Amino acid sequence: MTWSSIIIAGIITYFTRMTMVALVDRDLLGERIKAVLAYVPSAVFPAIIFPGIFINDYGLFIEMNDPKIFGAIVAILVGYFSRNVIATILSGLFSYWIIIFLL
Amino acid sequence: MLTKKQLLTKGLLSVAPHMFSVIPFGIVCGAIGIELGFSPILVYAMSIIIFGGASQIVFLQLLSGGASTLIAVTSVGVINSRHLLYGAVLSEYLEKLSFVKKLLISYLVVDQGFAESNKFFQKNKNEPYLHYHLLGSGGTLWIFWQLSTLSGIILGSFVPEEIGLKFAVPLTFIAIVVQDLKKLDHVIVMITCGLSSLLFFDAPFKSYIIISPIIALFVAALVLRLKK
Repeated sequence: MTWSSIIIAGIITYFTRMTMVALVDRDLLGERIKAVLAYVPSAVFPAIIFPGIFINDYGLFIEMNDPKIFGAIVAILVGYFSRNVIATILSGLFSYWIIIFLL
Repeated sequence: MLTKKQLLTKGLLSVAPHMFSVIPFGIVCGAIGIELGFSPILVYAMSIIIFGGASQIVFLQLLSGGASTLIAVTSVGVINSRHLLYGAVLSEYLEKLSFVKKLLISYLVVDQGFAESNKFFQKNKNEPYLHYHLLGSGGTLWIFWQLSTLSGIILGSFVPEEIGLKFAVPLTFIAIVVQDLKKLDHVIVMITCGLSSLLFFDAPFKSYIIISPIIALFVAALVLRLKK
């Protein structure tokens, strides 16, 4: 039962990846839709970022003094000015760890 | 003009920094599966069959919590429906590929690979072998996802939960969008998406992950209209 549901979930997931690339003719999309699609990264990734920061493992909102907020702010500042992915991730992680382990 | 090999390497290098989040997240993902009591083969097979981090964890958590398989499968589909948006964006650059190649390369469309290859595509529209960049980014992510979930399965309960490795996930996506904070229209779209995701977080089947992008894209359409 679990195996068959994994396979079905896998097929569905594959279709989410493949449909727009292989099955839908791009000419069907109008110019306005194509212009809007330029915003896809900005429109999708915050839905991963915000809950990852503001909501804990139990589905509850974190306190405003949570170390994750501090880590995220450090990461945004470092990322904005350094333009470096590794620096962004590590500065966020380390500033978060410094608060939970040292303070 | 770049050769296929150069494009492949550029794709590989573009996602390499993201390994600081992919590897910890993969380890956590494998370890959670074992901790929830699923067999190692089953947990690992998901990395090949589904190949989508967050959806793999949710799937196992739902099943172990007693949810029906229908709910678990639906949740995976909803969480991964965001790939439809990635595909719509990428289709412009993959148009010229044969149908079979489109079918094959689609398997490698994942968040960070899409993000980095899309950035490259926007700046290099005229390269003839663009898809090799996606092959390099998606292929690298695939290999490291396999290795890291496997490590998590082997390490199992040795992975300490309190060090908060999962926090690397929002950080990797901050790194992807942070430069767009320079553009007001993108900031508006990002805040719309982020606030919507918190507002709809409790919606069924984790659907906040696709509801909030749709709301944000409507706002993007409005912004575009106002700009004219």
